[in-house]
Amino acid sequence: MKQWYKVIDVARCHDCNNCFMADKDEFVGNDWPGYTAAQPRHGHRWVDILRRERGQYARNDVAYLPVPCQHCENAPCIDASDGAITKREDGIVMIDMVKAKGNKALAQSCPYHAIWWNEEADIAQKCIFCAHLIDDPTWTPHTTRCTHSCPTDAMATYFVEPEEMARMIAAEKLEAYLPDLGTKPHTLYKNLFRFTLNFITAGVLVDGDCYEGATVTLRSHEGGIACDAGGAGMADGGDTATLARRRTNFFGEFKFDGLEYGEYELEVDAGGKRYAARVLVDNESQNLGFIEL
Amino acid sequence: MGEAVRLTNSSTGGPVFVYVEDGKIVRITPMDLDDAVDAASWKIEARGKTFRPPRKTTYSVYTAGFKSMIYSDRRIKTPMKRVDFDPDGERNIQNRGISGYEPISWDEATDIVVSEINRVKREAGPAAILSSPSSHHMWGNVGYRHSTYFRFMNMMGFTYADHNPDSWEGWHWGGMHMWGFSWRLGNPEQYDLLEDTLENTEMIVFWSSDPETNTGIYSAHESTPRRFWMKDLGIKMVFIDPFYNHTAGLIGDKWFSPKIGTDHALSFAIAHTWLTEDTYDKAYVATHAHGFDEWADYVLGKTDGVPKTCEWAEAESGVPACEIRALAREWAKKKTMLAAGGLGGWGGACRASHGIEWSRGMIALATMQGMGKPGSNIYSTTQGTPVDYDFYFPGYAEGGISGDCENSAAGFKFAWRMFDGKTTFPSPSNINTSAGQHIPRLKVPECIMDGEFQWAGKGFAGGDIQHQLHQYRYPAPGYPRIKMLWKYGGPWIGTMTATNRYARMYADPSLEFVVSQSIWFEGEVPFADIILPACTNFERWDISEFANCSGYIPDTYGQCNHRVISLQAKCIEPVGESKSDYQIYAMIAEKLGIGPMFTEGKDELAWVEQYYNATDMPKHMSFAEFKEKGYFIVPDNPERKKTPALRWFAEDREKDTPDWGPRLNNQVGRKGLQTSTGKVEFIATSLKNFEDQGFVDEYRPSMHTYVPAWEGPACELARKYPLGMLSPHPRFSFHTMGDGKDSFMNDIKDHRVLVDGHYYWIIRMNRLDAAARGIRSGDLVRAFNDRGSVIVCAQVGERMQPGTVHTYESCAEYDPLGKPGRSADRGGCMNILTPDRYMSKYASGMAPNTAQIEVEKWDGGIYETEESVQ
Repeated sequence: MKQWYKVIDVARCHDCNNCFMADKDEFVGNDWPGYTAAQPRHGHRWVDILRRERGQYARNDVAYLPVPCQHCENAPCIDASDGAITKREDGIVMIDMVKAKGNKALAQSCPYHAIWWNEEADIAQKCIFCAHLIDDPTWTPHTTRCTHSCPTDAMATYFVEPEEMARMIAAEKLEAYLPDLGTKPHTLYKNLFRFTLNFITAGVLVDGDCYEGATVTLRSHEGGIACDAGGAGMADGGDTATLARRRTNFFGEFKFDGLEYGEYELEVDAGGKRYAARVLVDNESQNLGFIEL
Repeated sequence: MGEAVRLTNSSTGGPVFVYVEDGKIVRITPMDLDDAVDAASWKIEARGKTFRPPRKTTYSVYTAGFKSMIYSDRRIKTPMKRVDFDPDGERNIQNRGISGYEPISWDEATDIVVSEINRVKREAGPAAILSSPSSHHMWGNVGYRHSTYFRFMNMMGFTYADHNPDSWEGWHWGGMHMWGFSWRLGNPEQYDLLEDTLENTEMIVFWSSDPETNTGIYSAHESTPRRFWMKDLGIKMVFIDPFYNHTAGLIGDKWFSPKIGTDHALSFAIAHTWLTEDTYDKAYVATHAHGFDEWADYVLGKTDGVPKTCEWAEAESGVPACEIRALAREWAKKKTMLAAGGLGGWGGACRASHGIEWSRGMIALATMQGMGKPGSNIYSTTQGTPVDYDFYFPGYAEGGISGDCENSAAGFKFAWRMFDGKTTFPSPSNINTSAGQHIPRLKVPECIMDGEFQWAGKGFAGGDIQHQLHQYRYPAPGYPRIKMLWKYGGPWIGTMTATNRYARMYADPSLEFVVSQSIWFEGEVPFADIILPACTNFERWDISEFANCSGYIPDTYGQCNHRVISLQAKCIEPVGESKSDYQIYAMIAEKLGIGPMFTEGKDELAWVEQYYNATDMPKHMSFAEFKEKGYFIVPDNPERKKTPALRWFAEDREKDTPDWGPRLNNQVGRKGLQTSTGKVEFIATSLKNFEDQGFVDEYRPSMHTYVPAWEGPACELARKYPLGMLSPHPRFSFHTMGDGKDSFMNDIKDHRVLVDGHYYWIIRMNRLDAAARGIRSGDLVRAFNDRGSVIVCAQVGERMQPGTVHTYESCAEYDPLGKPGRSADRGGCMNILTPDRYMSKYASGMAPNTAQIEVEKWDGGIYETEESVQ
C-alpha cells in the first residue's frame, strides 16, 4: 500500500524558517476536528530546526536539520500510547485527541522530541503530516504546508509504494536521522553528513601563495571508518585504505567531508613538495589552517 | 478545508492566496500557478541546458507568519489618548513614553486631531506639522505612502521628514559621482543579466551580499532556484562579508571576513594585483575610464608612498594576503560577476563609515575587468529575469492616487493615465518641494531639540548628481518650526541611528502635539498623545504587483520569475475598531472640510478600479473578470529584444535598455554614462567641482581613495570599545515588519531567544571574544558604548572573525528599563549603539554598519544616565 514519506535535503536548508512559520500558520488558531486541536501560539516546534556549526573560522560551515514528527514505522509513541496513537494505512502517525487527553507521558515518549505538550488543551500534539489537507481533494498543492512553503526545494513529500521508496533511498543515499533508534522513520534525510559528521580542511601554500592543483589524499589509520561518499568522494579502486583524493582549488584549499570519528592520515603533494600528518576527528571538524610548503 | 474561500492579497514579501472562513483568515500560502488558465513561463537556453522557473510564487518568512500579526494582542484595537494629556489644559509632554493610555472614541480622537491641526495651521501654518511614514509598510499601490498618505497629507499641508537613501547610502553619495545612475540613486541597471550569467559567467563574487536573506527587495525567494542553476553549472561562488551569511552557507565555495570598515582595503589590493600583474582590461579602461592613470599611481603608492598590496590589505582587514591575491588572479582569469550588495548595488557595507569608498571600489573593480562585456558585470543574481518589460503596470513609487510626481520618482509616468484633470484630480505637494521646507529623517531630534539644522542634499537626490550638494536649513527661510508630529508607524527608534536621541526628542516642550497612526502598539508609538489604530492590507481593498516599487528601482519586478498582478481583497473586517489609512484620512478630511476633495466620493475599491483602468491590464481582462480571478500572470513576450545591462556602454553604443535614465540632456548623442565625461570617473568631476567651490569633504575626496572608516577597528574609539559591530538588515523580519507584535517570528530560534519570559534580540560573537569575556551561548549580555546600552542574548560561534560581533538592526520593540532614551533597552534596538554622524560633511547618509561597542555579561542593571548626558 502506498505510504507518505518526507525527504529533507540538509544541504539545501538554510534556516529560512518558512516551514516553521507555515506550520504555525496552519495549526495555531485552527482546530482540525478529527485530526488535531489547535497548536498553542508559542512554544511548540512541530518542525524543530536544529543548528550545528562545524569547523573553525574562517573554514567553517553551518548545517540545519528540520526535525518534524518522523512518522516512524516502529514508533515508540505508539507503543507508549495504549491505543491513543496510531498509524494510518498511509503511514501517517496520528494522536487521537480524545483518547490521548491528559496523558502527559506521551510528550516524553518520542526519542526525536517531536511531541509537544499543550498545557491549555491538556493534550500531546505533533506534526500530522497535514493529514487534514492531504485527505482533502480540493487542496491543490497536494502536499504538506512546510513542503509547499520551502523556497529551496529542501523538502519534498512522496506518496509511493515502500518498494519504490526503497529504490529512492538507495539511489539518492537517503538516511534516517538517529538510525540506531531502529524506529524506521518515514522522514528521510539527504546529505545528512552535513549535520552529523565532520570534515578536515586546510589551505595549501607554496612559497607563500595559494597552490592550486596539489593532490591531497586521506587514509583511515584503522579499519572500519566510513567516509561518506556524498561528502568525500569515492575511494580509489583497489586501495581500500584510501578514503578519498582531492585536488586543491585556486585558494589552495581542500575539504574532506562526511568523516566519522577516528584518526586519519593526510598526505599533500604540491608539485613534489610533500606534507603528511595524522588528524584526529572526534566531535569537531578540523580546520588545519595553512599548510605552508 | 470546509467552506473556506480562497482570496488573493499581497505583501512586501510576495503575493499570496488567503483562505477565509466565517470572516476569519484560516491560512496564507504562496500562489501555485494554474496551467489551465495562467500564461506559460519564459525559458532560457544556455550552455546546452534549458532553464524554466518554478510554476509558483515564493514568500518571505514574515509573510508566512503574517496571520499572527493580523491577530495579535499587540494590535491597537481602539483610538487612545495618553491618560495625562489634556489638549485644553496640562499636556504633560515630559511624560511621553512613560504614561499609559485610555481608549477613546473615533469621534473624540478625530476631534482632537482636527482641532490641533487647525490650531497649528492658524498659529504657524501647515509647515509646522511634521509627518513621516515608515519605509516599507503595508503593500498595495492605492494604500501605499506615496498614494493615500501623500494624497491626504498634501491636502492637509505638512513638512515631510525626508528619508535618507538608507539602503543605497554609499552608492548614492559615492557611486553616483563615479558612474551616474542618479535615477537609481547610484545603483546599476541589471537587465537580462540572468541569461548573460547562465551563458557566460565562471565566477560570482558576492560582496556584502546575502540574497537569501535580503532577497533583493520585496521578491521573497524568487532568485533562489536561479542561484542553484548557476551552482549546478559549476560557477564558483566567493563571499566577502564580515559575517558568514546565509547565502554563503547555502552555496558558497569560499568566505572572506574582513574586519568591519575595511572592505575597501581588499578592493584596493585586488586592483593593485591587477595593476602589477598587468591583468586588467587595459583597452576598455583606456576608452571607458576617466582619471585612471592618476588613480593607478595612487594605488601603486607612487603618490602617497603606500602601495596598496595584499599584505597591506591583510594588515588592515585581517584577511590573509595570499587569499586576496588568489582571488584577484582567478578573477582576472575568469569571467566574473561582482554581486556587490543584494540588489545590484546596496549591501551592508554601503551603510557604513567606509560606504562611499567601498561602493566606488566595487565600480572600480568591475570597470577594470570590462564591465558590460559578456559574463562580466556588477550583477547580484536577484534581478534581470526575462519577463515582459513592455507591459505597463506601475509600482508604488508612481504616485497611485496622489499623483504627487515631486515625491514619487516615477510619478510622471502614471499621473496622466490616472487623472483626467476634470473629474478626478491629483494632490501635488507645495511644501515638500525644492523651495519648501524640509527635515532630514536622521536629524529630526536635532531639528526639534536644537531648533536649527543645516545639511546638504534632500534625502533621495535622484534628479541630478549635483542635487546632492543643494544646501538646506531648518527652518527653511520664512517657514515655521515644527509644533506637531504626525507619526505613521513607530520604527524610527529601531531603524535610525543613535536612537536614544528620538526617545529624548519626544519629551521636548516644542513638540506640542504628537499623534501616532499605527497598526501595532510598539516602537515609539507609546510616546504619542493620541493613537489612531490603522489596519493591515488584509483588511481593506488594494491592487499591486509582486516586488514592483518602480521609482528609483525601475522595473524591480525583474527580480521575479513571473510578473504577478494581484487584487488585494479585503479578506476580513478590520480588527477591533481599527480602520484603513484611507478611512482614517477620509474621516479627518471630512472634519477639515476637504472630504469631497480627498475621496472624490470614492471608496477604496473604486480607487482600485480607477487605478486598474489606468494600467495595461484592461488589454487582457475587464476589472470584473480580474476581481473574480484575483490575480494575473503577465505572459512571456518572446519577441522582446534582449538588452544586457551596460552592454551598450561596453560597446560604445546608444543606450538600449528599457531604463528611464540618464536624462537625454545628461548624455551626448545618447551615448555614455551620466557623468560629465560620460565615463567611469576614478576622479569624480562632480566632486572636483564641489571642491573647487569650497565644499571639501575629508571623507569623500574627488578621487576614489582608501579613506579609513571613521568608526572601525583602527579608530580612537576602538581602544575603549574594541568590538566592531555589524548590524545589517535583518534575516527574518523586514525592518520592523514581522518582529515583535507577539508574532510567530518571536519563536524562530535565530531571531529571538526566550529567557525568563522575555524574548531577547541576539548578538553573535566569535568563540574567542566570548571566552575572553566569560560569555557563553544563551547568556544575557549588555552591548554598550557611550550612546547607550542594549540587553541581548549571546550566540557564540565562528561566523565572524575575532573582534567582530554581528547582530541585526531594525527591531520593532523598544523596552527601556528606566527612563526612555536614558536607560538600557531590552527590546533589542541595536541602533541605539550606532553613530548618528553623517557619512561625510556633505554626504547626509547614515553609517550604522561600523559601530564600536563592548559586550559584557549583564548584571541586571538598568544603566540609567543623568539628564545632562546627551
